[in-house]
Amino acid sequence: MSSLDHAAVHHVHRDDYGSRMGMWLFLFTELILFGGLFIVYAVYRFTHQQEFHLAAQELNTTIGLINTIALLTSSMTAAMSITAMQKGSIRFAKGLIWMTIGFAFVFMINKYFEWGAKIHHGIFPGSKDLLAKPEGEILYFGLYYVMTGLHTLHVIIGVIFFMFILRQIKQQKIRPDAYVRLENSALYWHLVDLIWIFLFPLFYLIH
Amino acid sequence: MSDQHHEETHVVEYGQYIYIWLGLLAFTGITVTVSGINLGNWTIVIALLIASIKSYYVLNYFMHLSYEDKIFKAFVLTAFLTFFIFLSFTFWDYSFMR
Repeated sequence: MSSLDHAAVHHVHRDDYGSRMGMWLFLFTELILFGGLFIVYAVYRFTHQQEFHLAAQELNTTIGLINTIALLTSSMTAAMSITAMQKGSIRFAKGLIWMTIGFAFVFMINKYFEWGAKIHHGIFPGSKDLLAKPEGEILYFGLYYVMTGLHTLHVIIGVIFFMFILRQIKQQKIRPDAYVRLENSALYWHLVDLIWIFLFPLFYLIH
Repeated sequence: MSDQHHEETHVVEYGQYIYIWLGLLAFTGITVTVSGINLGNWTIVIALLIASIKSYYVLNYFMHLSYEDKIFKAFVLTAFLTFFIFLSFTFWDYSFMR
């Protein structure tokens, strides 16, 4: 422990360990939130196998793959920003956070076009075209919109977190000796990545 | 790793993250390739297996779980076990309903 850390321990109440633990506990509530939806998916896929296969063929695997790569790469840059901060390379850390945000936008723009194309083809919750399809396909697209929608909402929240982090770095509230908020935001971001790791094969790769 | 709260911070080198990232991309490539082959019911098993391997790397290295205290690992294990119980009991129930 450096003398600087030591001074901080004496002057301000700070518990990075507890802070990270709190973040992990929060992530478990996210696991239950998405987990519930994954269970619904599993049951309906089990009862409507053929229809799930048919419906999945309407999704664009390439878009899904690009989004997978975007999120995996953004996860790496988020993790690297912590290393940069620990090493005192603040400008590099900021650059890496901007890259993370950039990849998040790649993801969201892709999603926008993907959803846009589906809606254009009349496939959206409650639409006439969708309701005319067999029950299994209605369930598939319902789950597709809810699960990828909820996931994209998390992407947006993650971007907002990183914007706050950038501001706090500027204000020197996040520094090479105090960066637990950056760690926690990165943890949140990795969870978003983890959920996508399962969403991608379950929605895009069932041919 | 010490059990004390103020353990020394673990700095992960950039190179290690790049290795993990390459590994994750490779597994993504495998899962996309395998999905193109018709393996019947095994398709989903393999897809979930690969997703689990990817998750293991994200959790341990990107999320620094392997550098955290045992209690963090116990938490994560408990959380996944709870989810697994939800999932398996649901299917157990379903297999008796049919």
